[in-house]
Amino acid sequence: MENTNLALGMLFQLFQSLLVVLLAPLLMGWVSQCRAWLQNRSGPGLLQPYRMLRKLFLKDAVIAFNASPLFRVTPYILFGCMWLAAAIIPIIAVDLPFSPAADVIALVGVFALARVFIALAAMDIGTAFGSLGARREMLVSFLAEPALLMVLFTASLISHSTQLPSIVGALAHREFVLYPSLAFAALAFVIVLLAENARIPVDNPNTHLELTMIHEAMILEYSARHLALIEWAVSLKLFAYISLGIALFIPHGIADVGKWDALPLSIAALLAKLVMAGAGLALLETLLAKVRIFRAPEFLGTAFLLAVLGLLIHILLGA
Amino acid sequence: MSYTVQFINLLAAILLLISFAMLSQRRILSLINLFAWQGLVLSVSTFVVAYSTAQQHLYFSAALTLLLKVLVLPWLLHRLIRKLNVRWDVETLINIPATMLAGIALVIFAFNLAAPISQLAEGITRGLIGIALASVLLSLLMMLTRRKAVTQVVGFLAMENGLFFAATSATHGMPLVVELGIALDVLVATFIFGIFFFQIRETFDSLDITHMEKLKDD
Amino acid sequence: MIDLQLLALLLTPLLGGGLLAVFGSRRWAAELNALMSFLTFAASVALTLRVVEAGPQVAFGEQFFIDQFNVFLVALTAFIAFTTSLFSRPYMRVEQDHGRLSTPMLHLYYSMYQLFTFAMLVALSANNMGIVWVAMEAATLTTVLLVSLYRTPASLEAAWKYFILCGVGIALALFGTILLYFAAERVLGQGGTALLWTHLNEVKGELEPTVLKLAFIFLLVGYGTKIGLVPLHSWLPDAHAEGPTPVSAVLSGLLLNVALCAVMRSKVLVDGSLGTHFAGNLMMGFGLLSVVVAALFLSRQKDIKRMFAYSSIEHMGLITFAFGMGGKVATFAALLHMTVHSLTKSAIFFAVGHAVQKAGTQQMDNIRGMLQISPTVGWGLMLGTFAILGMPPFGVFASEFLIITTAMHDYPWTTPILLIALGMAFAAIFGKVQPMVFGETTAKPLPHPPALLPVFAHLLLVLILGLYMPPYLADWYRQAAALLG
Repeated sequence: MENTNLALGMLFQLFQSLLVVLLAPLLMGWVSQCRAWLQNRSGPGLLQPYRMLRKLFLKDAVIAFNASPLFRVTPYILFGCMWLAAAIIPIIAVDLPFSPAADVIALVGVFALARVFIALAAMDIGTAFGSLGARREMLVSFLAEPALLMVLFTASLISHSTQLPSIVGALAHREFVLYPSLAFAALAFVIVLLAENARIPVDNPNTHLELTMIHEAMILEYSARHLALIEWAVSLKLFAYISLGIALFIPHGIADVGKWDALPLSIAALLAKLVMAGAGLALLETLLAKVRIFRAPEFLGTAFLLAVLGLLIHILLGA
Repeated sequence: MSYTVQFINLLAAILLLISFAMLSQRRILSLINLFAWQGLVLSVSTFVVAYSTAQQHLYFSAALTLLLKVLVLPWLLHRLIRKLNVRWDVETLINIPATMLAGIALVIFAFNLAAPISQLAEGITRGLIGIALASVLLSLLMMLTRRKAVTQVVGFLAMENGLFFAATSATHGMPLVVELGIALDVLVATFIFGIFFFQIRETFDSLDITHMEKLKDD
Repeated sequence: MIDLQLLALLLTPLLGGGLLAVFGSRRWAAELNALMSFLTFAASVALTLRVVEAGPQVAFGEQFFIDQFNVFLVALTAFIAFTTSLFSRPYMRVEQDHGRLSTPMLHLYYSMYQLFTFAMLVALSANNMGIVWVAMEAATLTTVLLVSLYRTPASLEAAWKYFILCGVGIALALFGTILLYFAAERVLGQGGTALLWTHLNEVKGELEPTVLKLAFIFLLVGYGTKIGLVPLHSWLPDAHAEGPTPVSAVLSGLLLNVALCAVMRSKVLVDGSLGTHFAGNLMMGFGLLSVVVAALFLSRQKDIKRMFAYSSIEHMGLITFAFGMGGKVATFAALLHMTVHSLTKSAIFFAVGHAVQKAGTQQMDNIRGMLQISPTVGWGLMLGTFAILGMPPFGVFASEFLIITTAMHDYPWTTPILLIALGMAFAAIFGKVQPMVFGETTAKPLPHPPALLPVFAHLLLVLILGLYMPPYLADWYRQAAALLG
């Protein structure tokens, strides 16, 4: 029995890992498509990111003459980090074999690791845009990371654990309670999500306007398979963040320990939540306007404020 | 926790959030709207407390809050800023992040100050004194950081809102005669502030109180 | 019976406010103002006699409460309000002739003056701590427009500062009141009685100490802003200097006392609940700081009304300090000092008002030789200054002597601080007033002296209190001191 469970668990872990890596570009495509619809355009279609990846993989890579090995390995590290993050977040079941690794603080660490590498690689070539982008990225993340940690601490305090599976377990199976602290944390999380994934209003993923771009400035020197991996990693990152949000704030429907028969339902629930989240993200991006880079700290400060307030309110009111 | 308690907690959290929003709001018009929202939250929470504790006079004070703080005072302020032609004024705020950090520090201070009292309170009121005190202190901070007469007054009125929240949530409302007296005072104060705005503008050609820092002991 | 008497006391100024709101522009408005103030004073005397005879009383369904402590303040308030109305009649007329005030401004002044008296009397006599708060706020509201009566930039600034600072202070006091109610509710149950001071006083031992401690801090800081305790004093010199002189006189002489009365009511409750000297220590600290800081600032003043405003801060600090020390003697001395300070300070402001009118400036460097211009004003100013500086045989000397000897006995370390501060205040004020009175001037003497009856009446009372304390008055103070513990 033990063994079958473990084997089943491994199977599902593998399934989730593959699922996320394959679904992530689709989610990206869905967000772009929704934005297109909201802007009254017909849009490139859901599968556009896959076409993009294929095109990039088929091209020959061009690498700057003075690039160091760091520049070459970064896309792989980035991809690996994001895949790992997206794979271990419990989105369909809470006790998959890898889930003990899904500690929220470790997760933040994985994101930070990827960020350090991409920033270093951006500065590696020595172009003006690269270091400009890297500096801006560090500014944004310097402000977003504490906010994210505060959000996670609020959830941890409510569930008395920093392990994502236990958090999800605790939050999914409570009776309905209004948690103002969680509501604040959710708001803060949305802001962090926008900032960390280079979305409007902090960054615009669709333009290469040198005065405002952050993320695009860092990857200007990449081409072909490297760029493909980075783009894929970016979509995985968005996927990971959205799944984290789902796990923390709408965990209802995630399958429980050992209840394998609930899995199909939980997968269906997950897909529905992803569709909703993608549409919501597109709506937000359409409604908001890009802020000046110097206003970004204020925007992220709001996230930090909300997260801290959530934490304080939880401590004071126990709610 | 019963649903009413949860709901009041939620309203308290929103009240605190609005206090922060006011602290960082640059536009006078939006500030007044935020003030009206704060009044609405206050009124709803009073109503919920009245419902859950079955205290008749609290219904009355909820209605009074709705009338005074959601309708009359914002209306008066809207009228004032239209007449004074400062409706679209934007205030330059210095260093919002630092103000926010100071605000968070104040909230922590308020929570600590109120902690021993929260221990004593039972049921519905637990922790709410801390939030009320925090929003009072935040309004105080707002008054300190503002340089326009109108926004200072909004800060003053917001502070009164925080106090009112303390009164309803912590003590289920002061005796009615006191509440009526306080409401009257606030209303009269707003009128006097209005008179002042015109006098100040007539004398200084502006509502910026930086013009009014001449009296000092040198 | 007591209901009727109290009703007469409170309704007279309210009625006066109403009448003057209608007739404030008439030629006889000043006389009406004085008449209503006199009637209020008469009502307060009747009430005082009654309370001295029959002891503490409650009235109007216990909403009002009169005991030896507040009835003495009621009488003092009504008396000084009356004399100030006498003083303001010729004074305001001259201001009007000089074109500094228009008839509508005077209209506002007269009606607000009566309402201010009303608010103070309610604040003093209310039993409900919530009503005390409401009345204190009302007293601020009625005076804030009086401070800006001249509509000069400086007066507007002063009034704005006064409004905002006192508004903030009084809001903190409301929080303290809410906390007090919170504690009381747990003992007395919900409803009207939980804010009534008489009820609170009976159960003060059962009130939750932690809550009361916090409540007292808020009440002291809140009402302390109105008392003008350092570091919350910064509105006070401005408001006194820029407002019309009669307003300065009543602010200094009366409003500060009323705020202190509210603090003392709270202190009694907190002491009963805590059983420690916590409230007293806080008050001593604030009081001592006020005395020292005010003494330091006194020597730097150039404006005469500003200087005497700082002197008020100093004296209120001294009174707060004395109340903080507690005990029969110190409280007795504090009550006496309250009386003589109010009388003397308002007398000084009357004299200063005339002097400023004659000199046409408030800058002390430009006021010279008042004795030559008008001997009555000069002597009034000089004697008032002697009195406020605590020279024997004036009453201030007696009360300050009592305070300092008590301090020497109970808290010896404070004595040198107090003595140095008082010495500095003496040097500063005397050094500045002396040339103003005795200096050389080229101005012509006035053909006929201004009416300074209120000044000399106040100073005479202060002198009498210094030389001979009537036994019934001493007894009265003693009873009040016993009430405050």
